Amino acid sequence: MDILSYVLQQGINGLQLGAVYALIALGYTMVYGVLRLINFAHGDIFMFGAFVAYFLIAKFGIPIYLVFIITMLACAIAGYLIEKIAYKPLRDAPKISLLITAVGVSLFLEYFLSLNAIFTPNYIAFPRPFDVKGYDLSLFTITNVQIIIFIITFVSLFLLYLLIYRTNYGRAMRAVSHDKETAALMGIGIDGIISFTFIVGASLAGVGGILYGIAYPQINVFMGIMPGIKSFIAAVLGGIGIIHGAVIGGLIIGICEVFVSAFLSSTFRDGVIFIILFAVLLFKPSGILGKRIEKV
Amino acid sequence: MRFFSESRIFLVVSVSLYLVMKALFAFDIISPYIQQICLYAVIVALTAIGLNVIYGYTGQFSLGHAAFYGIGAYASAYLTKILAIEGVLPFIPVLVFCGVVSGIMGYLIGIPILRLRDDFLAIATLGFGTLVRVFLDNSDKFAESLGGSRGFVGIPRITNLELVFFFLVFVVIITRNLIHSRYGLFWRCIKDDELAATSVGINTTHMKLMAFTYGCILAGIGGALYANLYSFLHPSNFDILRSIDFLIIVIIGGMGSIMGTIYASIIWVGFIEGLRIVLPAQVLDLRWVVIPLLLIALMIWRPYGLMTKRRR
Repeated sequence: MDILSYVLQQGINGLQLGAVYALIALGYTMVYGVLRLINFAHGDIFMFGAFVAYFLIAKFGIPIYLVFIITMLACAIAGYLIEKIAYKPLRDAPKISLLITAVGVSLFLEYFLSLNAIFTPNYIAFPRPFDVKGYDLSLFTITNVQIIIFIITFVSLFLLYLLIYRTNYGRAMRAVSHDKETAALMGIGIDGIISFTFIVGASLAGVGGILYGIAYPQINVFMGIMPGIKSFIAAVLGGIGIIHGAVIGGLIIGICEVFVSAFLSSTFRDGVIFIILFAVLLFKPSGILGKRIEKV
Repeated sequence: MRFFSESRIFLVVSVSLYLVMKALFAFDIISPYIQQICLYAVIVALTAIGLNVIYGYTGQFSLGHAAFYGIGAYASAYLTKILAIEGVLPFIPVLVFCGVVSGIMGYLIGIPILRLRDDFLAIATLGFGTLVRVFLDNSDKFAESLGGSRGFVGIPRITNLELVFFFLVFVVIITRNLIHSRYGLFWRCIKDDELAATSVGINTTHMKLMAFTYGCILAGIGGALYANLYSFLHPSNFDILRSIDFLIIVIIGGMGSIMGTIYASIIWVGFIEGLRIVLPAQVLDLRWVVIPLLLIALMIWRPYGLMTKRRR
C-alpha cells in the first residue's frame, strides 16, 4: 500500500477516535473550569452512556435518534446525582479530599455496575444500529460510521458553542469559571451553575459513549478508565478550562494514539499519551491555547 | 527524655509482638496461608508508611505509589533469580539495593513532577504508574526472564518473619526520627502552607524531593519483600488500583500518623484477605462496592482521616 494513503487512512481513524475523546474532554474541562476538580467519575459516565445505549438498542429496539436523547438524559441525571451526593458536601473541604472522593465515585460506579446482577464484568458486543459501509475515495476509504461520528460530534460542538457563548446560562458558567466569589456577588446561583455544568458535561460524555460503542463495538464496565484519563490529558493538552482547547487536544491525542498503534506497537499507545502529558506539564503547563500560567 | 522512653516502650512492644508471632508460626498454630497474609500485612504497612511520608506528612498527593513498589519488586525478583540468592543474609544487600533503585527512580521522576500541585501531581503520578505498567507488560521484549504480561515466575522464596519484622521496626524508628527532625518539620510546614514555607526560607523543592525519594525507597523495599514472599509477580499487581489501596490505608490510618498507618494496614489486609476466607465468592464482589462508599463517606465526615482529629 502506498505510504501516503496509509498515513491518510490512519489519520481518518485517528480523527474518529479523537472526536470521541473531544466529547469526553469537554466535560472534564468544563467541570475543571467551575470546580477546579478532576472529575475521575467522568470516564465512568461515558461507560454508563454506552451501556444505556446498548440496552436501548439491543433489548428494546428503540430507534437511534431516540437512543441519543434517552442516553443523554440518563447520563445527565447520573452526573447531576453524583455532583449533588458526592461533591456538594465537600465544597469547602481541602482540594485533595474532593479528588479522593472523585476517585471513590469512579471506583464505586465501576464495581457497582460490574456486579452480576447489573451489567456484569464481561465484554458485551455492542449492536450496530446500521450496517457498516465503506466509501472509497481513491486515497483512503471512509466508513459511514466515521461520517456519522464526525457529523454528530460537529453538531454537539456547535450546540455547545451556542449554549456557552450565546445564552445567559453559558455566560454565567464562564463567569463562575473565571471567578466564583465575584460571580456569586453578581447574583449568579453558583450551585445551580455547577449542577448545570455537570449535566452538560455528562450528556456530552453520553454521546461519546454511544459513538464509541458504534465505532468499537465491544463494551465493558471498565472501558471508561483509559479513555477518561486520555481525555483529561487531551483537555490539559488543549489548555484546561478552554472549550475549543479540549476539542483540539482530543483530536491530537486520538491521532497520536492511532499513529503509535499503526507504526510502532499498540502496546505502547498508553505510554506515548502519558509522555505527551509529561511534556505538556513540563514545557507548557497552560496547554496549547492557554495563556495564563497559574495551574502549576 | 520523652523520646527515649517512647522508643523503649516501642521496642519492648515490638519484641514481645515478635515473640508471640514467632510462637504462632513455629508451633503451626496458624496455617501457612494465614502466615503469608500476616507477612503481607507487614509489607503493606512498610510501603504505606512510605506513602504516608509523601502524602500524610508532606502533602504531595501521589497516585503512583504502586509503581515504585513494582520497581522494587521486579528489581529484587530479577536480582535474586540471576544471583541465585537463597539465604536471608545475602538477601539484605539486595533489599537495600532495590530500595535505592526505587529511590533513584523516585528522585528522577520527582524533579520534574513535584513542581505540580494537587490534582496535576495526581494525574502526573498516575501517568507514571501507567508508564511503569506498560513497561512491565512489555518487559519480556527487553529481558526474557522478566516475563512481560505472562508474569515473572520462579522467584526464590526468601522473605520470612524476622526479615519483615526487622525492617518494619527499623523503618518505623527511622521514619519517626526523620519526622521529628528539622526535615520533618519542614515537610509538615510544606503540607500546611507551601507559600509560607517558602517565605521563611525552606527550600520547598528540595524538601519535597527528599520526602518523595524517601517514600519511594520504602516502597522499593516493600516491593522487594513482596516479590520474594509470593515468588510470582504480575504487572497487574502494580496498577492504579494498588496505588489506591495504599492511599486508602493512609487515609484510614490518618494522614501523618505512623502507628495509624500500621493499624490500618493490618485492618485492611485482614479485611480484604479475611473476607476471602469467610464470605462466598458472590458476596465477595460487593467488597469493592462498599469500600468506595466508605471512602466517600469518610471524606465527607472526616476529611483528615479516620484516626486524626479534625484540625483547624
